[in-house]
Amino acid sequence: MKQRLLVAGSCLVLAAGAAGCGGSDGDGGDSAGTPAKTAEGDHRGGTLTMLWNAPGQSIDTAIAYDQNWQVLRMTGDGLLGWKQVSGPEGTDLVPDLAEAIPEPTDGGKTYVFTLRKGIRYSTGDEVKPSDFTYTLERQYKAAGPAGGFYTSIVGAEACAKKPKTCDLSEGVVADDTAGTVTFKLTAPDPDLLQKLAMPFAFVVPKGTPNEDIGTDPLPATGPYMIESYAPDSEMVFVRNPEFEEWSAEAQPAGNPDKIVMKIGLGLEDATTQIQNGQADWMYDTPPADRLGEISTKFEKQVHVNPGPQVFHMALNTRVPPFDKVEARQAVNYATDRDAVIKIFGGPALARATCQILPPDFPGYAPYCPYTKDPGEKWTAPDMEKARELVEASGTKGEKVTIISTNDETTKAIDLYFVSVLRDLGYDAGIKSLNGGVQYAYVQDSSNKAQMSYSYWFPDYPSGSNFLNVVVGCKGFTPNSSSSPNLAEFCDPAIQKQTEEALALESTDREAANALWTEVDKATTDAAPWVSLYVANRLDFVSERVGGYEFNPAVTGGFMIQKAWVE
Amino acid sequence: MSGSPWRLALARLRRNRGAMASAVMLCVIVAASVAAPLYADHVAHTDPFASNVNGTTTVDGREVDVVAPNASGLGSTPIGPTLEGRYFLGADAQGRDVAARMLYGGRSSLQIALIAAVLTALIATVLGIVAGLAGGWIDAIISRFLDLIWAFPVYLLAISLATVLLVQGIELGPITVDASSLWLPAVIIGLIYVPYLARPVRGETLSLRRQEFVEAAIAQGASNPRLVFGELLPNVAPVIIVFLPLIVATNILTESALSYLSIGVQAPNASWGTIVQDGQGLLYTRPWVSIAPGILIVLTVLALNVIGDGVQDALDPRGRIRGRRRTLRRGAVA
Repeated sequence: MKQRLLVAGSCLVLAAGAAGCGGSDGDGGDSAGTPAKTAEGDHRGGTLTMLWNAPGQSIDTAIAYDQNWQVLRMTGDGLLGWKQVSGPEGTDLVPDLAEAIPEPTDGGKTYVFTLRKGIRYSTGDEVKPSDFTYTLERQYKAAGPAGGFYTSIVGAEACAKKPKTCDLSEGVVADDTAGTVTFKLTAPDPDLLQKLAMPFAFVVPKGTPNEDIGTDPLPATGPYMIESYAPDSEMVFVRNPEFEEWSAEAQPAGNPDKIVMKIGLGLEDATTQIQNGQADWMYDTPPADRLGEISTKFEKQVHVNPGPQVFHMALNTRVPPFDKVEARQAVNYATDRDAVIKIFGGPALARATCQILPPDFPGYAPYCPYTKDPGEKWTAPDMEKARELVEASGTKGEKVTIISTNDETTKAIDLYFVSVLRDLGYDAGIKSLNGGVQYAYVQDSSNKAQMSYSYWFPDYPSGSNFLNVVVGCKGFTPNSSSSPNLAEFCDPAIQKQTEEALALESTDREAANALWTEVDKATTDAAPWVSLYVANRLDFVSERVGGYEFNPAVTGGFMIQKAWVE
Repeated sequence: MSGSPWRLALARLRRNRGAMASAVMLCVIVAASVAAPLYADHVAHTDPFASNVNGTTTVDGREVDVVAPNASGLGSTPIGPTLEGRYFLGADAQGRDVAARMLYGGRSSLQIALIAAVLTALIATVLGIVAGLAGGWIDAIISRFLDLIWAFPVYLLAISLATVLLVQGIELGPITVDASSLWLPAVIIGLIYVPYLARPVRGETLSLRRQEFVEAAIAQGASNPRLVFGELLPNVAPVIIVFLPLIVATNILTESALSYLSIGVQAPNASWGTIVQDGQGLLYTRPWVSIAPGILIVLTVLALNVIGDGVQDALDPRGRIRGRRRTLRRGAVA
């Protein structure tokens, strides 16, 4: 599961990673910055400069969650990975450090991987099967955020309880002589292979400290290694001298010789630098007032791609007035999704939605009850129906506080909802918190946050990642700041269906997806969210960037290493 | 009364053209702000607190989008100044009338600045007079407390307090201030400037304490309340009066800064600071959204400063308390 915080000041989606080929002429230019087209079709060379508005975070793959994944994918590998191509194929699993994707045995409880031979870390040491046992134990010992993903592995439950003495030798059995890694599970986990492709499972050598290494780069297996990292100024990637391409699908060799990620530049300035060719790509989306300009004057440098993020207003189902389903449905009916999309950045950047699952997701079937003419598609708000429901709920006049942040888009959308709520007769207002604390605050049920704008980016393509994690009973932990179910929604009948779908996942995907469709509809009817729109990602690159490709996987986005600079 | 110092001061103030012009300008701004609901209802015909993202308006007989999407489908641009009753200064990104919001914003900004100034004056006067009159350990405790607040950069202190208090508001026994209330920034601003007035009041009290008329009153057995209200307060009052317009001006700037940072006036309420912030994302396309409230902030603060100078010259033509005014300004900058 993953909920990405909006980067302050951004009006749009957080594209992951950033690539900018920098520096040929003027700033950033150095010997490595000279593009070298060695042969027809060979675009190797040059320096890509990318810009990132937010302060940098940990680059430890056991710790980093989401924001650094796009760049960490260039330095690390797991047994499996998502295919490094654009289009729908980009979410297909392919063997990465493993020779092949294994078939489960023992009723779905055992997976045997054979490791490719001869792959080395940037330190020169060979990658060994036992490193994978160490890597997953380290996830617990370093108090990483993803221990919950691997609880089906034998020994992982004990690791979760006593992280410091974590021992997964029974669950991740390594044979360094045979070159195999065997995963033994306590129960079938249909999503295990997807979870092993996540950066949390990127291999690290034995002896890596069992704590957050913060800004000290880990040994790399990918085409690049991090040469230096200062979270408030820049991160520099250079070629990994030990890297030899073993699978172009899993880990393609990069084109730029050097990638410089400059950190902390404001969005307006970053946009101007891309326009001027001083930098090559910005991680964040340009600010709203520049979108018109860049989409007309720099049309060829703008790339828009569909993404699976569902943006929504979470309505706390345990705090008045939204403990009444009629009140929640009323807000859903009253919301003009076209207006919200306009605030977000325009129809080219988002599609209206009413439901939990995003389009093209397993189990997705278009469904929109909260519109003027209920059906498959949202068309217009129905204020009359909304007012009737507010009356029926008996909540008119109650106070509603939206927990907001200083982020421009979040604030603007929250303001819109204040207007909607007042129109419905609520006493609505905003409490604006620092972006760094807002998400933890709204997760903690003791704060009784009534309503907050959020979005969910799935970690892997499965209905469970939305319906079991973000709006399912298991996603809610009382009084915890790690409780992704912001609506605190838990309906026993729906949860029963969810459990059935989960059980079917490993035996009958089709039946499971059909059940996810039912769960999606039932949850949408219960209205824990006002689902607003599914966002596209916008990348703005400099004129000299070629070979733009977009990978739709969670570690994807603009594939920096496949781009080149002219 | 004809020859009283107060009357003489008033006469001197009236002769100060700059101060009088500033007073007129300030009165116009205050009157316009007070009349905000009338403007919104009868001129702009709009609710300046309601989003109107998908609304339309008529300009030169043509119906146009209040917030028009760009042809590419990327981004949108709110309507610019129409110089008509509706959207006279254009709309912000939410499609709200900027002129109407500016007038409402003026109400909030001026209200907060005034409440905070009164709060500062009350607390500072009590602390300054008690410290100056009592002396000894009471003076030491109060002075060190004031030093402690003084030691913090004033904006850092305000931002820290606002950030913390915005989470839960203020709950002190029977006193409850909601996080979204205008009283919250007013209380914060009122508190942080206490040392800047309390110290000169204490100094003046210490000076008065040694004056013969005060010693005579003490010798005659005057009680402390009699001393305070009969002898000290009337003589300390000029210091407070001179400081007051300057504190109000400083408060307006502080409130604008906090609101600009989203930790002052909370949406959907408006203040000049929040409107400047609303316009930040429109600087390239609709700069007036930020510039217009900025101009009002400058004019109001300028007017208050000129009036403050005039009051000082009127009350103390020999510049008796000029040094302390400089102290306030220096402190405010810090």
